[in-house]
Amino acid sequence: MLAFVVLCAVFAFFGLILGYASIRFKVEGNPIVEKINALLPQTQCGQCLYPGCRPYAEAIASGKADINQCPPGGEAGVKALAGLLGLEAKPLDPELGSEKPKRVAVIDEKKCIGCTLCIQACPVDAILGAPKLMHTVIASECTGCDLCLPPCPVDCIMMEAL
Amino acid sequence: MFGLWNFDGGIHLPAHKAESTLAPMQVAELPKELIYPLMMRNGEKAKPLVSTGEQVRRGQIVVGADGWMNPPLHAATSGKVRGIEQRLWPQPSSLVGDCIVIDVDGDDESVEFQGTANYASIQPGELLDKIHAAGIVGLGGAAFPTAVKLNPQPYAIDTLLLNGAECEPYITCDDSLLRHFPREVLGGAKLLMHILGVNRCLLAVGEDMQDAIIALEKAQSEGEYGNIHIIPVPAIYPTGGEKQLIKVLTGREVPAHGIPAQIGVICQNVATAAAIHKAITTGEPLISRIVTITGRGVLHPQNLLARIGTPVAELVEHCGGYTDSAERLIMGGPMMGFALPTDDLPITKATNCILVAGQGEVIHDKQAMPCIRCGACATACPVSLLPQQLYWHARADNLERVMDCHLPDCIECGCCDIVCPSHIPLVQYFRSAKSKVAAKERESLKADHARLRYEARQARKEREKLEKAESAKRKKALLYNTTKIQQKSEPVP
Repeated sequence: MLAFVVLCAVFAFFGLILGYASIRFKVEGNPIVEKINALLPQTQCGQCLYPGCRPYAEAIASGKADINQCPPGGEAGVKALAGLLGLEAKPLDPELGSEKPKRVAVIDEKKCIGCTLCIQACPVDAILGAPKLMHTVIASECTGCDLCLPPCPVDCIMMEAL
Repeated sequence: MFGLWNFDGGIHLPAHKAESTLAPMQVAELPKELIYPLMMRNGEKAKPLVSTGEQVRRGQIVVGADGWMNPPLHAATSGKVRGIEQRLWPQPSSLVGDCIVIDVDGDDESVEFQGTANYASIQPGELLDKIHAAGIVGLGGAAFPTAVKLNPQPYAIDTLLLNGAECEPYITCDDSLLRHFPREVLGGAKLLMHILGVNRCLLAVGEDMQDAIIALEKAQSEGEYGNIHIIPVPAIYPTGGEKQLIKVLTGREVPAHGIPAQIGVICQNVATAAAIHKAITTGEPLISRIVTITGRGVLHPQNLLARIGTPVAELVEHCGGYTDSAERLIMGGPMMGFALPTDDLPITKATNCILVAGQGEVIHDKQAMPCIRCGACATACPVSLLPQQLYWHARADNLERVMDCHLPDCIECGCCDIVCPSHIPLVQYFRSAKSKVAAKERESLKADHARLRYEARQARKEREKLEKAESAKRKKALLYNTTKIQQKSEPVP
């Protein structure tokens, strides 16, 4: 009987410690998402079929997406992700695109009509301009994601190799 | 007498110094043209301060300073700017870039220089400004801006170390400087001691440079140069490396990723000290330096006091031209230098030696063979690294493991290359790995920046959405209230 009571007391004690620790040291968010996101190139291009690098990282973490869906990260990126997650590295999904050299967008300022559509499309706010005024790309902020190309009504944006 | 310490590793190399020290040092003739590459330390393009057709005089600034890390560059003689031309830059990757080309007129007209022999009354900070304005950088080969190195805040300095060890084979420019200008070097030492506020200076001289030691001791006995100790150091390569020399002379070790100032030492090349002395006492900026022209490929090897910006071809011509066996041009010494593709490249502030290698002198037709894991490279390494491990990981492009093996500590001295029985060009692998690591770091910085901007944009969009919803709600409420009031007020009239 005494043994039973003592055991119960010990279990209750440890239970309290565990309960306290789970509240005191609670981890906000999923740390694996942060780690995956840190390995992604942050181009924010959406080629992985997710609206940015972070959503893709979340999809990988929850097992909804594969690790070979990031063309800008290239084979090296897949390898790094495989290393982090303990998976087998595989070639990039050819349907989503291929690894390309780094590029930046350049606006032909003579043709620009100031429609602001590209500004709204840019995921990192790298395009500067105002309605009916010429726009320009801040080259140091541009990630080369190509997202500003489709909305342009006059096709005045070009991708140039770095 | 000082006791000396040892550093791990290092090798004895055939010195090949006699070739260029037999003939006395000469002053090179004025060149026909001067070439100034517009390159800065961080690899970015410098902005010229002169334009095509402009007449420049000796000592006039042609490339302005850009912060403390990029001191100005001065014209070495008078002439007319021919233009800014696309030419090869004198650097290991043979990049092509903009260079100022000046047609020399031969008058050697100069701007007015103002110096003062009585520098003791000038504040150290003001002297640092003068050193920066005189364009002085480390003349030992790395060309680190001197004014930055002389400002060791927040570390306390107790020892000034002047490096005249010159341990790399073939190079004798510091030897020549010490023999011909011992007073300038000692004067520079005194000036540096004043700037740093230290009262101990160790002047390291290679023990095989007897003439230089005699000249220094003679100059010291004739003048007031207290607390400067001339110390012969063994001619083991790379004793002249900054960290190695500090270990040999003081027994202190510079921490990894650290700088000598952390252990209370500032190390300067002897030629830098002489240049500082000249700049402060006469006001003349750094426009010339001693360069060793040597090797079996040149007729009369010797040291030349040459204007910075002089094309290599003109210096070789001054030394009697090429011999039949000339095979390769190397800027710097055989261990740390790099090959030049042509001889119309200029010497820079960092150029201590032009080695015109004769047939079979430095290049061997030995093929690299597989590593046999003998460990000879680890024994020779002066910074106690494991070159064979670094080599494996560098070959496999495994940058993480390379960093685990302390790649940044490699001083690229080339000892491992020399001792490798399989003739593997180890240092080339390490240099390439270093630049890959730097590129990766740049990329990850950029990715971090893009991530922040993306997150900021997401947050802003979220906020705008909320604000829109809020204002729509407010409008709706307002509309509702006004219609209510109207409904209430309608039946009255």
